[in-house]
Amino acid sequence: MAQLVPAGQKWWSGGRSPFNVEYGKLMMWYFLMSDAFTFGAFLISYGTIRFASNSWPDPNQVFRSVPFYGEMNVPLAFVSLMTFILIMSSVTMVLAVGAGHANDKKGVMKWLFFTILGGLAFLGCQAWEWTQLFNEGAWWGRNPFLNIDGTQSTTNFTNFFFTITGFHGFHVFSGVIINIIMLIMTWRGVFEERGHYLMIEKAGLYWHFVDLVWVFVFTCFYLL
Amino acid sequence: MENIQTLENVHTATLEHQAGDHSSFSKKAIWRTFWILLIITIVELGFAILYYETAFLPKHFLNGIFIIGTLAKAFFIIAEFMHLKYEIRNLIMTIAIPATLFVWFLLAFLWDGNSYRNLRNRYDPYHVERSKTPVKNPEKEPGARKPGSME
Repeated sequence: MAQLVPAGQKWWSGGRSPFNVEYGKLMMWYFLMSDAFTFGAFLISYGTIRFASNSWPDPNQVFRSVPFYGEMNVPLAFVSLMTFILIMSSVTMVLAVGAGHANDKKGVMKWLFFTILGGLAFLGCQAWEWTQLFNEGAWWGRNPFLNIDGTQSTTNFTNFFFTITGFHGFHVFSGVIINIIMLIMTWRGVFEERGHYLMIEKAGLYWHFVDLVWVFVFTCFYLL
Repeated sequence: MENIQTLENVHTATLEHQAGDHSSFSKKAIWRTFWILLIITIVELGFAILYYETAFLPKHFLNGIFIIGTLAKAFFIIAEFMHLKYEIRNLIMTIAIPATLFVWFLLAFLWDGNSYRNLRNRYDPYHVERSKTPVKNPEKEPGARKPGSME
């Protein structure tokens, strides 16, 4: 345990945060909880519709394209790359937070830069994937893919796919914007002046949450 | 007066704590988490591709593996990357207890979806017939190639 807390500490006797974190970080956690329930509602409604359908398209068929290789028929290869990029950017973010703990301005800037790069790479991959699916005829309200047993599928599949990955992509986009703001603030020495880099931690929590959601989106759409 | 003093003390104590515990941000732990996440993902992908190529394991069994893998990954991201493991118990509980609502949320809704399908299959024969009849010319349809499975 990293916490140096005196034994018998009375957390609830008033005068201090019973959670031993500053206000902003606690509120970030609560915001992420609410966001988790929003994503949960999306993914669970997707699951409900899948359970209510007799058949469903096979993800290995739908997601089998890779840039520059076209119809190479390599199922899930590209989305694995996207997953790897996002996990990697999560690592660089946690390294940025670690550098912030050590009050290492240059380290924070370096790792934030790589995190932003990873976020942009992920968004680029997603843009390519959407374009590819769009060119194959998939969009909201249009589904060219058959069910796994060769029967006619409904537009539920594409509607959920574009809505949920779109909502997640929007979160990645906001995360990149937040990280860019953090980078500029670090560069201008705002946190140095403040004496601590707690703001980087809050941005980091948000960024890891985006990664966390992707883990579930990845499972629900590409594996199950 | 006493109150204010206490608050100030707490404030400095908190900041010292925040700046003082580098130990929990060891690079070793970060990279270990990274490798765990990567390996779980690769194993999941391996199973998915294996199923696509050979379909030798039942899909329901694989789904179980995927869900366990996902929950394991979620645990490592929250505990290590989001650092929740190193916070005090109060904070962990204020997140973990509401999160258990997901159990009900998931069970109730999936159950509902399943019930809807059963009722519809029972009372709407036209729907059953339509959802069991393959599209006539699947060669023309993109994504219609059948995988190794014979579902």
